[in-house]
Amino acid sequence: MAYSTKVIDHYENPRNVGSLDKGDDTVGTGIVGAPACGDVMKLQIRVENGVIQDAKFKTYGCGSAIASSSLVTEWVKGMHIDDAVKIQNSQIAEELSLPPVKIHCSVLAEDAIKAAIKDYQDKHGAAAGENADDTPAAV
Amino acid sequence: MTVKTPIYLDYAATCPVDPRVLDAMIPCFTDNYGNAASRTHVFGWRSEEAVEAARIEIARTVNADPKEITFTSGATESNNLAIKGIAEYLAEKGRHIITVVTEHKAVLDACKHLERKGYDVTYLPVNTDGLVTVEQVAEAIRPDTILVSIMFANNETGVVQPIAEIGKLCHERKVMFHTDAVQAFGKMPIDVQEMSIDLMSISAHKIYGPKGVGALYVRRRRPRVRLSPQIHGGGHERGNRSGTLNVPGIVGFGEAARLARESMKEESARIFGIREHLRKRFIAEIPHSIVNGTLESHLPGTLNISFAYVEGESLLMGLKDIAVSSGSACTSASLEPSYVLRAMGLNDELAHSSLRITIGRQTTLEEVDYVADRVKEQVERLREMSPLWEMVQDGIDLDSIQWTPH
Repeated sequence: MAYSTKVIDHYENPRNVGSLDKGDDTVGTGIVGAPACGDVMKLQIRVENGVIQDAKFKTYGCGSAIASSSLVTEWVKGMHIDDAVKIQNSQIAEELSLPPVKIHCSVLAEDAIKAAIKDYQDKHGAAAGENADDTPAAV
Repeated sequence: MTVKTPIYLDYAATCPVDPRVLDAMIPCFTDNYGNAASRTHVFGWRSEEAVEAARIEIARTVNADPKEITFTSGATESNNLAIKGIAEYLAEKGRHIITVVTEHKAVLDACKHLERKGYDVTYLPVNTDGLVTVEQVAEAIRPDTILVSIMFANNETGVVQPIAEIGKLCHERKVMFHTDAVQAFGKMPIDVQEMSIDLMSISAHKIYGPKGVGALYVRRRRPRVRLSPQIHGGGHERGNRSGTLNVPGIVGFGEAARLARESMKEESARIFGIREHLRKRFIAEIPHSIVNGTLESHLPGTLNISFAYVEGESLLMGLKDIAVSSGSACTSASLEPSYVLRAMGLNDELAHSSLRITIGRQTTLEEVDYVADRVKEQVERLREMSPLWEMVQDGIDLDSIQWTPH
């Protein structure tokens, strides 16, 4: 299978690999996929005033899965969570020129960012996105 | 020491043609180009002579009579001819066939085809070693069983089945015994008499011969095996397989068989030594490396190994100057990981994490040392990126997690 140059770039030089403290109130964690399916993505965001300040990922999966999650961490940094939640898998697939058999990798990346945002919002009450909380520790 | 890349370690898929084989083939294209079936002139006689010489070399390699060798286009055709040919010929006698879940698709799909035609097929499971037992076969044989088809050595794992025992059982129970010996032929001693084999599929390109030529061994005595041809027209190959003989391919096959037979002892010892060196390095240097399939009954050059918590395709992507194959779903269009490994009870995660490495005639110790270094480096890099590895380091049992399959 031939990979696009962007997939190869993200695979060889993945952006934002790592972990944030999931116990931290400003951190949202999304873990999606299953080992049995051959891909698991963990995507974490650190949010301040509704804006994603930092994003980290770890992915078990093929090169396209690694590239999809790496790309998403790059995109969401500096983005408001209300905008990040709108990221569509088709945008990821298009940016990375994923072939049809790899579309599920982009779906997983979309699910991962949505799950991370949901986790953050659950920590802060459902409306946290709209009413950016300056003092998350108080929740 | 620097090695020349890319490094080929996928000899179970196919092999380069040995230069000695090519030398034997070339005159068949340009000078001795006669049709082996032409009985009226010297061009035909020469080709026929060359084909018969090749037939002798192949027969000698497995202790068969040359008349028992039917040339085909390759082992897929041989498997189809054996299974469908016997099923059709013995349809009045019975319509039950026994095979194994880890067979090559050429066997499984031929059996599925027969199921659609009203035949009954028993697919025996294998144990965690990848082996089927003679007792399992004995229990599965029914009065209407006409054929047992069990591969000699598995293409993915290299596990060798107890062929002689199964052959003996089949002869006692008067059931035809076919074996797909593509991976074993020329790599380990095969004796169709001692092993009571009735039909055997073999291929040239797995033993440094050309692609597009194979053979089916069809026993002529005790018992005499008859089958219905699947390709009609002209009655070549004693009526078993019509079609103008691929003389250059057959000549190459014969030379490849001769070379394999004459060098088998030294070559398999050398290849086994290189594989063991690589296996031992993996086990010693990469934690959570698991060899798939028993090494007690095994081909010398095949190594199937899983590196837990690393997905196979991403590992292959990091080994772009090394040619190996993976049991990962992502290397196929199906998204299902290797059915062979799953049949051995491997969980999907380990099946996704497997590599098949096959050592061959050209492989050197320096090459596998380079491979071991690169695999180690990539497994470490990808584990640093793997959430599963992180969880395991944190003492989390992955089986305790509610995953979200997609």
